[in-house]
Amino acid sequence: MIRCFLLLFMLVGGTAFATIDAYEFRTMEDEERFRQLVAELRCPKCQNQNIADSNAGLAKDIKDRTYLLINEGRSNREITAYMVERYGDFITYRPPMRPVTWFLWFGPFLLALLAAAIIFTIKLRQKSPPVTQVTPEQEAKVQELLKKLEQSDKQP
Amino acid sequence: MSRTKWILFSLPLIGFAVMVYFFGSAIGSDPSILPSTRIDKPFPAFELPTLENPEQTVNQTAVKGPLLLNVWATWCPTCIVEHPLLVELSRRGIPMVGLNYKDEPDAARKYLEINGNPFKWNIADVKGDLGLDLGVYGAPETYLIDAEGKIRHRFVGAITPDVWRKELWPQWQAMGGVQPEDAAAQPGGSS
Repeated sequence: MIRCFLLLFMLVGGTAFATIDAYEFRTMEDEERFRQLVAELRCPKCQNQNIADSNAGLAKDIKDRTYLLINEGRSNREITAYMVERYGDFITYRPPMRPVTWFLWFGPFLLALLAAAIIFTIKLRQKSPPVTQVTPEQEAKVQELLKKLEQSDKQP
Repeated sequence: MSRTKWILFSLPLIGFAVMVYFFGSAIGSDPSILPSTRIDKPFPAFELPTLENPEQTVNQTAVKGPLLLNVWATWCPTCIVEHPLLVELSRRGIPMVGLNYKDEPDAARKYLEINGNPFKWNIADVKGDLGLDLGVYGAPETYLIDAEGKIRHRFVGAITPDVWRKELWPQWQAMGGVQPEDAAAQPGGSS
């Protein structure tokens, strides 16, 4: 009886695994790499879908090729480069660092720096005490008043 | 004081202008058209049967031009649209090779029989392996191959008389392609 159940479990487990993807890998690590790669490769045919989610025929072809390359023992970096060689930077969701993509990579930091600088200067300005301009006439009037005050103090 | 104020006030305006420039330059360009990475590179290596004779295989050394290589399939409606133009260009002396992409060879042969065959011969890429190496992402695609077997130009989509005249014909001339006898070889000119 237990054997029967075990057999059943094995069968169910096997089919479940096969329906997720028809690929069999030598190691769990390879399978994980495959999942990661097909999630990071963009389908050239369908603009904004990764290879993993796309049902396009081309996506299947790229998946198959990725599987083949993994089994050949190629590294993730090599496989990405392989696909970029054929389909251009478009195929990867991680754009490479090149002069053309510098703005893409550093732009956000630049903007954040600029924003920080603006906020900093505004704050600095708010904290500094307000400077009041005193005209010579006003100054004279103040002196006069002070003098009067002094005199009134002296007379009991 | 007022000077810095002016600079501060004009900053958003400058930012806006930059954005207008960037987005404006994107208008009119089709984002679904990808540049080919294979330009000025040799035709990728392959070993595949021909559509005409499945017993016979060809490789990249057979793809030496100047010639026009057209990626087509019977399942591709746009290919059917551009087919008459290919037939006409072929009739006017442009050498053409077909890359029958992910197709049923029997259906493909029948299609050429019915619609006319502009190709000298066809590569039967049933699994799409050569297509992947070439960077094909949708049929039809048209490649111009020079005398050394290098890829000189790629066009994605259906060739129209306008596309031929403005885009492909100048490239064809530039790479020293066979000049058809009469200048009217550019279709759509008079017909």
